Amino acid sequence: MREGVQRRGAFGRLVRNPLGAASLLVLALLVLAVALAPLLASQGPQAASLAHAFDGPSGGHPLGMDSAGRDVLSRILYGGRTTLGGAVVSVAIALVLGVPAGLYAGYRAGRFDAAASWTADLVMALPAMVVLLASRAILGSNVWVLMVVLGFLVAPSFFRLVRGIVADVRGEPYVDAARVSGLSDLRIVARHVLIVVRGPVIIQVALVAGLAIGLQAGLEFLGVGSGSTATWGAMLNEAFQNIQRSPVLLLWPGLALGVTTGALVLLATALRDALEDRAGTPPRRRRADALVPADVSRDDRAELLSIRGLAVAYARPDGTEAEVVHGVDLDVRPGEIVGLVGESGSGKTQTAFSVLGILPDGGHVTRGSVIVAGQEVAGLPERRHRRLRGTTVAYVPQEPMSNLDPAFTIGSQLVEPMRHVMGLSRKDAAARALDLLRMVEIPEPEQVLRRFPHQISGGMAQRVLIAGAMSCDPALLIADEPTTALDVRVQADVLDLLRRLQAERGLGVLLVTHNLGVVADLCDRVAVMNGGRIVETGPTDRVLRDPQDPYTRRLLDAVLDDAPPRAPWRPVEARSETA
Amino acid sequence: MLRLVARRLAGGAVLLLVISLLSYLLLSIPDNDVGRQLLGQGADQAAVDAKNAALGLDRPALVQYADWLSHAVRGDLGTSWFTSEDVTQTIANRLPVTVSLMLGVTLVTAVLSFLLGVWAGVRRGAVDRFVQVLGVAGYALPGFLVTLVLVLVFAVKLGWFPAIGYTPFDESPGGWLSTITLPVASLSVASIAGVSQQVRGAVIDVLRQDYVRTLRARGLSMPRIVLKHVLRNASAPALVLLGLQFVGLLGGAVLVEQIFGLPGIGSMTVTYTARGDIPVIMALVMLTVLGVVLINLVTDVLIGWLNPKARL
Repeated sequence: MREGVQRRGAFGRLVRNPLGAASLLVLALLVLAVALAPLLASQGPQAASLAHAFDGPSGGHPLGMDSAGRDVLSRILYGGRTTLGGAVVSVAIALVLGVPAGLYAGYRAGRFDAAASWTADLVMALPAMVVLLASRAILGSNVWVLMVVLGFLVAPSFFRLVRGIVADVRGEPYVDAARVSGLSDLRIVARHVLIVVRGPVIIQVALVAGLAIGLQAGLEFLGVGSGSTATWGAMLNEAFQNIQRSPVLLLWPGLALGVTTGALVLLATALRDALEDRAGTPPRRRRADALVPADVSRDDRAELLSIRGLAVAYARPDGTEAEVVHGVDLDVRPGEIVGLVGESGSGKTQTAFSVLGILPDGGHVTRGSVIVAGQEVAGLPERRHRRLRGTTVAYVPQEPMSNLDPAFTIGSQLVEPMRHVMGLSRKDAAARALDLLRMVEIPEPEQVLRRFPHQISGGMAQRVLIAGAMSCDPALLIADEPTTALDVRVQADVLDLLRRLQAERGLGVLLVTHNLGVVADLCDRVAVMNGGRIVETGPTDRVLRDPQDPYTRRLLDAVLDDAPPRAPWRPVEARSETA
Repeated sequence: MLRLVARRLAGGAVLLLVISLLSYLLLSIPDNDVGRQLLGQGADQAAVDAKNAALGLDRPALVQYADWLSHAVRGDLGTSWFTSEDVTQTIANRLPVTVSLMLGVTLVTAVLSFLLGVWAGVRRGAVDRFVQVLGVAGYALPGFLVTLVLVLVFAVKLGWFPAIGYTPFDESPGGWLSTITLPVASLSVASIAGVSQQVRGAVIDVLRQDYVRTLRARGLSMPRIVLKHVLRNASAPALVLLGLQFVGLLGGAVLVEQIFGLPGIGSMTVTYTARGDIPVIMALVMLTVLGVVLINLVTDVLIGWLNPKARL
């Protein structure tokens, strides 16, 4: 019964959340008070004595009397019956219509889905208040009838919710597996699909109930639907008529209405948190964290990039820190290509981002020294660090497509940094952008400048990014897996380009990669990283031919080039592990 | 882009046609005996029949609809059965009130939501918490309750604005501003609550995008990146919601116009829909659907302009 445990878990989280517990309590008290109205109120909602109109609170009438001398408490309690009952009617109708239709449309798709979705969009596009008022001309002014109409009007919100979730789930492997194993559609929906839908539907129920109560009160405020019965909306209207004489009469029905809808929405929020078991967001990094400088002499350090004892940590939600890079030493000299290799999660990219000063939120350098072209950048304020970016150290990212802003043309994205970082005029920057595209061997550069990122290929996008990185004449290029996302032929072209730039411009390159083939092909030296530490560093030939560290050896063994061919596959009798 | 607009307009025309037919037939179902209502219980049956015939109500509903439609497409929406007013003229008189209300709300919502949402998304901290609380509160409280509180505080207690009434703009711009401020403010609260949260979420999403990091790596400053790249990319989802809010405003305007006694379309909806005054109700339904179609069209065009991938 894993599922039961999970559900209790979600409910437990809900009541432990103060917001969730409070709103549940408020709603429970409300239902109780409304149900016990005859016991709690000293007189009926319609009993009036004009002599007591506008009387303040007294023993038998704790909330005082209204403009017609009726007991306010009694009217609130009896009015709550209509309010809550109406909400139940609307939600029930919406559930009955929306959920099965959503399940069917999402699971079966096809023509029913198209027709139902069209209808749902249409209904959702209409303002509910106007439709309710117009429908009164056809159906008459009865609050229960109007709440049924409202049920029809909000059914699409359940339909869309359920349909969307089911359509997502339908393609999941476990549903396919259930289908292949011969379960009927009905059983699949009951067993696998309803479970996924349950949580979001419960949340939506709370939201729709709040919406229904608000709309119902709005209608009653307009004098629609309630006739002479006591309702919160009608009480608000009567109080509003007497707003100059006794504004306090607005308080109680307003409070009842606000607390009820508020409790429902807060309950929905708490439910969402409980079902998703959301962790808090990580705290913002405190400014001016004490940075422990590395105690190193400057003699043995490379003049372009020199990292000593670099440690990077991320703030956890509970306030502690998780260190992901534990003291890295690395050097890049002008005109040198250095490979930084390791598995994903080894800290390569974190090291690269530290040099650029673009660690994600919550990440920061805790120890060590990073010198870029003679300037210490560990602990450097953002403004001064920014001046180095583009002009001294530049960055070529891994995934070409996601690194270009989809909303701007290639030309505008190339020109913008040149104008603001180098201070070029629009004309000069445009001419230079053209030269840059020629340099990275893009055919028809004039046309490419006018295109948007989605109109060019991945290989071309990577060339554009390299052109962008080179646009402000950097001395050091940090390339983070620049070929991983490209197909093999384009990979070779991009590597050739990097080699040429390095040779022509005396560029220093830090090449972050997990591909030892790329390292062998391109790098002068290589540093191997594992678990946030450099385990081995040296000239590429030496490290690849004669690895000293066991991890480097394992990494090399994992390369398939020299691996012996696999033995032919021989079927082994399958053993089922579980029933 | 032109093709998109043309397609949308054609779709909108079909929608108007379908909804007008459905509404007319539905509205014809109850046997209201308009002639009897107009002439009173004491009138003799012959006079009632003559009145119904004069209004064309003795014909089948489909024929009545065809007659209504043939006039409606020429801009003649008929006359009210109960007040004999010219419907087109009544709407033309009342529309400016509602339109100025809605445009005011949209303008206020757009400006404040983007300010709050971008600030909350970029700087987080106290403004972020404020936007989130506002988001829940705006959703949790029925709009007209907020309106009543604003009236109580700013009109009754402080007396800064009139609680009721409307001054046309061409009569006195200052008077217009003071009568429209509270209605706009009370409708804006919920819109700002929704849209600013959407902007905040979209800004946070965009800030996590790879291209923002790459732009930073090129040496651009964060304020520049936020104002140009983040804002542009975060605008599309916010605009979608703003469009939806605008449709919701058509409903909210009903209550707000009633509370403030504004002579707009909303208060007209309340007074005229109680009786089966088909010419007026039909006009109001058509106006609403037309409003929805136009809002969706404007939203689509704006999104196409913002997002090159959506340009078709």
